[in-house]
Amino acid sequence: MPDSEKPDLQMQVAFRGGGFAPQSKRWIGLIVFVVLIALIEIGARLGFISNLTLPRPSDVFYTFVELWNTGLLWKHLLPSLSRLAVGATIGASLGIAVGVMIGLFSYVRAGLVPIVAAIFPIPKIALLPLFVIWFGIEEQSKYALIAFGTFTPTVVATYGAVDNVDRSLIRMGQSFSLSWFSIVTKIVLPGSMPGILSGLRVSLAIAIILLVAAEMLGAEYGVGAYILEAGSLYDLERLFVGVAILSILGVILSSVITFFETRVLDWRV
Amino acid sequence: MDLQLDNVSHRYDDVEVLRSINLVIPAGKIVCIIGPSGCGKSTLLRLIGGLELPTEGRILQIGEPPAESLNPLTYVFQDFALLPWRSVEGNISLVLEDHGIRGSHVETIISDVLARTNLTDFRKALPKQLSGGMKQRVAISRALAVKPAVMLMDEPLSALDSQTRELLMDDLIDLWTREPFTSVYVTHNLSEAVRLGHSIVVLSRRPGCIREIVDIPVPLAERKIGDIELEQKQKYLWELMRDEAAAADQELLDA
Repeated sequence: MPDSEKPDLQMQVAFRGGGFAPQSKRWIGLIVFVVLIALIEIGARLGFISNLTLPRPSDVFYTFVELWNTGLLWKHLLPSLSRLAVGATIGASLGIAVGVMIGLFSYVRAGLVPIVAAIFPIPKIALLPLFVIWFGIEEQSKYALIAFGTFTPTVVATYGAVDNVDRSLIRMGQSFSLSWFSIVTKIVLPGSMPGILSGLRVSLAIAIILLVAAEMLGAEYGVGAYILEAGSLYDLERLFVGVAILSILGVILSSVITFFETRVLDWRV
Repeated sequence: MDLQLDNVSHRYDDVEVLRSINLVIPAGKIVCIIGPSGCGKSTLLRLIGGLELPTEGRILQIGEPPAESLNPLTYVFQDFALLPWRSVEGNISLVLEDHGIRGSHVETIISDVLARTNLTDFRKALPKQLSGGMKQRVAISRALAVKPAVMLMDEPLSALDSQTRELLMDDLIDLWTREPFTSVYVTHNLSEAVRLGHSIVVLSRRPGCIREIVDIPVPLAERKIGDIELEQKQKYLWELMRDEAAAADQELLDA
């Protein structure tokens, strides 16, 4: 037949297995950020964006430099950081402790899970007046608000993490007659670290939100007080400086957690 | 130390899993338990090691476990059950820490069991760096570290590919030949059973009860792949189980 004498058509098999595999592209995030800022700057200079809508990024930057030069930056930032540190530490450590208890003991679980579910959706800011009555107008009420706000998400994340610890590892511990305490400290706690850390990511972001809320009510210094003052004077440059400080704070905290995850959890597959 | 199962029955709620099991596990022998899937062989192993309580009947230790035995009834699990955050030596020291063994004594035990399972070079490795076969070797050396009187092995080779399985079977035979240990070895793989078992307990499908106990007198070290006698035993076992395995395959699961 003539067909069989023709040379067979050769064609490379087309590759169709690409995509659906997220890779970390390091600089893209930064580039998007810079481009966005540049666009706003250009828009503001050319008059597309009026000064009342958005301040010029360069003006915001100068305001920040001024804040730095006058030394006011640290005067606002240090009290905020200490409030955040104290409040979040209290809230997160209590949250982890209670979460582990819920994960380990059926009675604690039965008793506390409904309560946690009941207080989780309360906007903690609404309770600020109550905290002021309980703890006074000074620092304690701010610590309490931040601690309370970090507590509930940490509890939920922690007991979920404890529940997710591989049961076969616990069974293994029992089969080697490890003590209860050893099983908890050497198997359950390390096994729940991934879940606890990713819960902390959420809790710390909530802590920053509540920090500002607490400082908007009765604080002379603090990033929240600074933002509130700028807002009431309609000083958009200063408002944005404050907001940017909070964003940077959030990014730093998040990268601290990422650092811990890669260092402490390097055993993960 | 021997183990004796005295009329052991077990049920989960309405489901009868095991019925009147009477069995003696003699010291220094490997007893294989085979049966169709879902016949309760793994449950039986959990009962033997005290991880579950039988609904009826008793499990007796006859005689004292050896004085140096830290954990007389020790498991080797199908999924290895290694702590992923601990290195190979950390996984072994885990089971020694609670028995008050400290310092140089721990070192000696770890070096010894790693040498016996050819793992000395992998001492600092994390489980995620190891192949399945290596992970199971670590689990076996962890079990050896507590000097068990009876090794309870729950399908230890089932998660491995068939070549690794052959290698590990050889390792187990070597281990036993150098220093005979007592073992209950649950498997669904008949060729494993005839290679490793001094006697093979065939369970029926649920509720599991003992259908037959087949002894294989050939010494472990002399059993080779393709041995006629072993082939015949394996064929015999398969004929015993075939219909039940087919029926078990057809069953609807309760879960």
